[in-house]
Amino acid sequence: MILVLILYLLLAFALFLIPKKVSKYTPVFIALVQLLVFGLFLSFLPDIQNGKTISSLVEWMPRLGLNLEFTLDGLSMVSVLLITFIGFLVFIYANTYMSSYQGTTRFYFYLLLFSASMLGLVLSSNFIQMFIFWELTSILSFLLISFFNENEQARKAAFQSLFVTGLGGLCLLVAIILIGSIVGSYSLTDWIDKAELIKNDGKYLPILLLVLAGVFTKSAQFPFHFWLLGAMQAPTPVSAYLHSATMVKAGIFLLARLYPILGGTQEWINIITPVGAITMLIGAYLAITQIDIKQIFAYTTISALGILVVLFGISTELSIKAAFVFLFVHAFYKASLFMLAGYFVKLTGSRIINSYGGILRKNLLGLIIVAVALLSMAGIPPMFGFIGKELIYEAKFEAPWLSSLLLILGILTNVLMVAVSLLVLFKLYLGEAKFDLGVATKKYKLLLVSPGILAVLSLGLGLFPDTLSGIIEPALSYIYSGEAVIKLKLWHGFNTILLLSALTMLLGIFLFALTYKNKRLIKGWQRMNVRLFSINFNRSFSKGLSSFIKISAKNTHFIQHGYIRYYLTTIIVFSSLLLLFQLYITRGWEINTNFSLQPYYISGVVCIITFSSLISVFSKDGLFTITAMAVTGYGISLIYLYYSAVDLAITQIIVETLMVVMFVLVLRKLPRFIVVSSRATKIRDGIIALTFGLIMAMLALKALNVDIHPSIADFLVENSYTKAHGKNVVNVILVDFRALDTLGEVTVLVIAALGVFTLLNVKKVRK
Amino acid sequence: MEILLVALIGLLYAGGVYLILRRSLLKFIIGIIFLSNATNLLVFISAGIVHGKPAFVTGGDADPSSMADPLPQALVLTAIVIGFGIVIFTLALKSKFYSVTDKDDSDEIKETDI
Amino acid sequence: MNSVILQIASKYLRILFLMFAIIALLRGHNQPGGGFIGGLLAALYIVFNTLAFTSKQIKDRLKVSPEAYMGVGLLCVLLSFLPSVLSGAPLMQGVWVSYSISDFEVIKLGTPLLFDLGVFIAVMGVTLMFLFTLSTHK
Repeated sequence: MILVLILYLLLAFALFLIPKKVSKYTPVFIALVQLLVFGLFLSFLPDIQNGKTISSLVEWMPRLGLNLEFTLDGLSMVSVLLITFIGFLVFIYANTYMSSYQGTTRFYFYLLLFSASMLGLVLSSNFIQMFIFWELTSILSFLLISFFNENEQARKAAFQSLFVTGLGGLCLLVAIILIGSIVGSYSLTDWIDKAELIKNDGKYLPILLLVLAGVFTKSAQFPFHFWLLGAMQAPTPVSAYLHSATMVKAGIFLLARLYPILGGTQEWINIITPVGAITMLIGAYLAITQIDIKQIFAYTTISALGILVVLFGISTELSIKAAFVFLFVHAFYKASLFMLAGYFVKLTGSRIINSYGGILRKNLLGLIIVAVALLSMAGIPPMFGFIGKELIYEAKFEAPWLSSLLLILGILTNVLMVAVSLLVLFKLYLGEAKFDLGVATKKYKLLLVSPGILAVLSLGLGLFPDTLSGIIEPALSYIYSGEAVIKLKLWHGFNTILLLSALTMLLGIFLFALTYKNKRLIKGWQRMNVRLFSINFNRSFSKGLSSFIKISAKNTHFIQHGYIRYYLTTIIVFSSLLLLFQLYITRGWEINTNFSLQPYYISGVVCIITFSSLISVFSKDGLFTITAMAVTGYGISLIYLYYSAVDLAITQIIVETLMVVMFVLVLRKLPRFIVVSSRATKIRDGIIALTFGLIMAMLALKALNVDIHPSIADFLVENSYTKAHGKNVVNVILVDFRALDTLGEVTVLVIAALGVFTLLNVKKVRK
Repeated sequence: MEILLVALIGLLYAGGVYLILRRSLLKFIIGIIFLSNATNLLVFISAGIVHGKPAFVTGGDADPSSMADPLPQALVLTAIVIGFGIVIFTLALKSKFYSVTDKDDSDEIKETDI
Repeated sequence: MNSVILQIASKYLRILFLMFAIIALLRGHNQPGGGFIGGLLAALYIVFNTLAFTSKQIKDRLKVSPEAYMGVGLLCVLLSFLPSVLSGAPLMQGVWVSYSISDFEVIKLGTPLLFDLGVFIAVMGVTLMFLFTLSTHK
């Protein structure tokens, strides 16, 4: 499995090496690779069906629980097959679709990398690793949406999608880490083993909420659905691949992946089901008034994702089964519909569905494909969609919680779906053909290949649905960790469900009849929707973002105002408070040092230092200040000398001398004036300074009375001569005991010197 | 004597803080020197100060209690040299700052953005 | 500055200064001194020279650039770690060789001396770099 990923990666980078002449065939080549991988994984299917899992593990940082772990089990099998198969079709489709654009190599590069990261995502059995792939898909989605990067809207939409999914990704990461801290590992098997532990943990609810934040953003659930609408700015193959068949399903995949770990609890059901239900209804409801063909399909995709989420929320075996079936149903018809949408856009140059009038009148093949896909979406027999819908009804019918409400909502959704499908279909077929499409139809004939294949599948699987149960069963057995048997049939016999289906169809047709051609009604409806859903998510997102930026800019200006002295004031006042606090909580020490002025010459030196430092502080003349500063330094070196620190004293004297010379060198060219602050400022600064000085003096007093036993000095002194052959202990410490520190120090000095050199020798730049 | 030194440290800190809060960059640098001197002294006296017993051993029979603690001395020695490096670096910064803004006023530092 | 007295004096002081610096370096292990002090002293001599001549003259007369000093210094420091590694001891452990000149006099040479030499050269280079950059900057 790792090899497959590496193959994708190598292939992606090799794309840039392909010479221009043959680059026409690269997508076909990639498509064939995808097909090959599809076949490869399909060959594992019998093993998977027998309950085996295939895993591989590369240890990376085992101590941190970070390994490269890949597992092919029933669940990942389903996803892998979908990803590679749809990938194969999308590349075939893109070959024709993208041929007229610039920068296709970049496009295929992204798309291939996306395939790889999606595969990585579903095959990962280490959650940290899975998270990385998860984020990769978000990033590649961003790059693909903004593929037409000269289009501002596309850039905006791309940013929006990255922002929303990235936010969810962060939540997910926190959840993963939380679970990891409970289990003590990030491995899937460990998580499943300790599922009970996680479910009973006090942090279960926050974990669940965080995971769901990731899922809902990725799978465009209400109220995060708006990014998916913006994502339609992407080239159509991307919409077909990422934003209907694979990436948006990653959230669903994660739900399935975590179901044995987090799923089935009351919280799980109570949170997930309503969100999914709202999403499915709103998606379908808003789809009907759209006029942009890609937006219509985007809304129905949102609705379908809502249905999937609901099914996982219901948490019965039947609902999960329905979810998997519907996963395939939706992948087949929606990918096909998006590709067809792209086809129409190519033919007419417009995305507005009302302008399409009758473009399929003379295009029988196109009409059949469109009809099959749309009828599958509507759930009309004998399409595969019908089976999916039947199962969904059944699952909702038997749902333990809110079953009747869910069923009604589900029927409403499907009624709307039927109406939408019929509307699209008839708008495409009826009406005057406004374009002469003879040439274009021929030119884009190849665009029908992939949707054609999918249409055949939709119809074929509708007639022989049981072919799929072999693939779905292992996935179910992952979730319920036992044998699962699925019998898929087109004909269920006369029962309530069939009655409901018939009712749905009738209502749908009625709704269609009501809205078709009745432009006034549609207009009124649109207006009502605008008023009803006056929250324009897209706009409020941008508004929220810009006000967020404004607020942070304001705060930044408040903190980062550009006045050094106020930064320093903040730092000093704050550290004074901290020190004061520390002194307060460790109070109760006594001073056992007596005050004396002996020896008098040191007292004299202290006096001189005091005097010279006061001059240095208050003098208005630069040179005077520096001289006084030097006197202070020399005075301190005398103190060192008196108190047995000979080396220190020498160093201090030399450094002080050097410093004065350098100051004079610079000061020759510097202005003499010193900015005079106002009196109030001076007093304020004086108070701050005196307080800080007082606190530091108290600290020093305390430090005097701290006695550490045994001091490291004992070791150093005892071994200085015997082991390091040196009598000057200070020097021995520098060059032997603590040589590494000295090395570091010399390096710092060298860096400082180079810094000074570059600072003063770069070309002068003026604003 | 320690008390006097402690007072000196307090004074140096107060002076240093007051100086680094000035707008003149020259005073700012002097303030840094003050602060580094004060901190050196603080580290130096915190191990206890002894007169006339520098940390030299004569042979194998070394007695730690008979001499000043060499460790803070070594620390302070490196600190002095590093402090020198820092001060010179700041000095160079000031020099550069002056050549860009023609002023010695740290409030102009925003003007140095290119 | 261009002072004749200082210029002539610097000629005679040179030997004195450099001798001091090297003595400080060599005796540093047993008596006050060491690489830092030695290096600073050597730099001090050149600073003294800049007061006598212009820094450009000094730079021309120096032949070896400050960067080179810094590099060589760091190299010496790093080289001083080599013997201990080669002899299998832990990194940075001192390795000593002793010569007996007579019964009483023993000269001990060890990697710490090389280390100190490196510090000496590097500190000198750094100070010179400071000096030249600051004095030539306009």
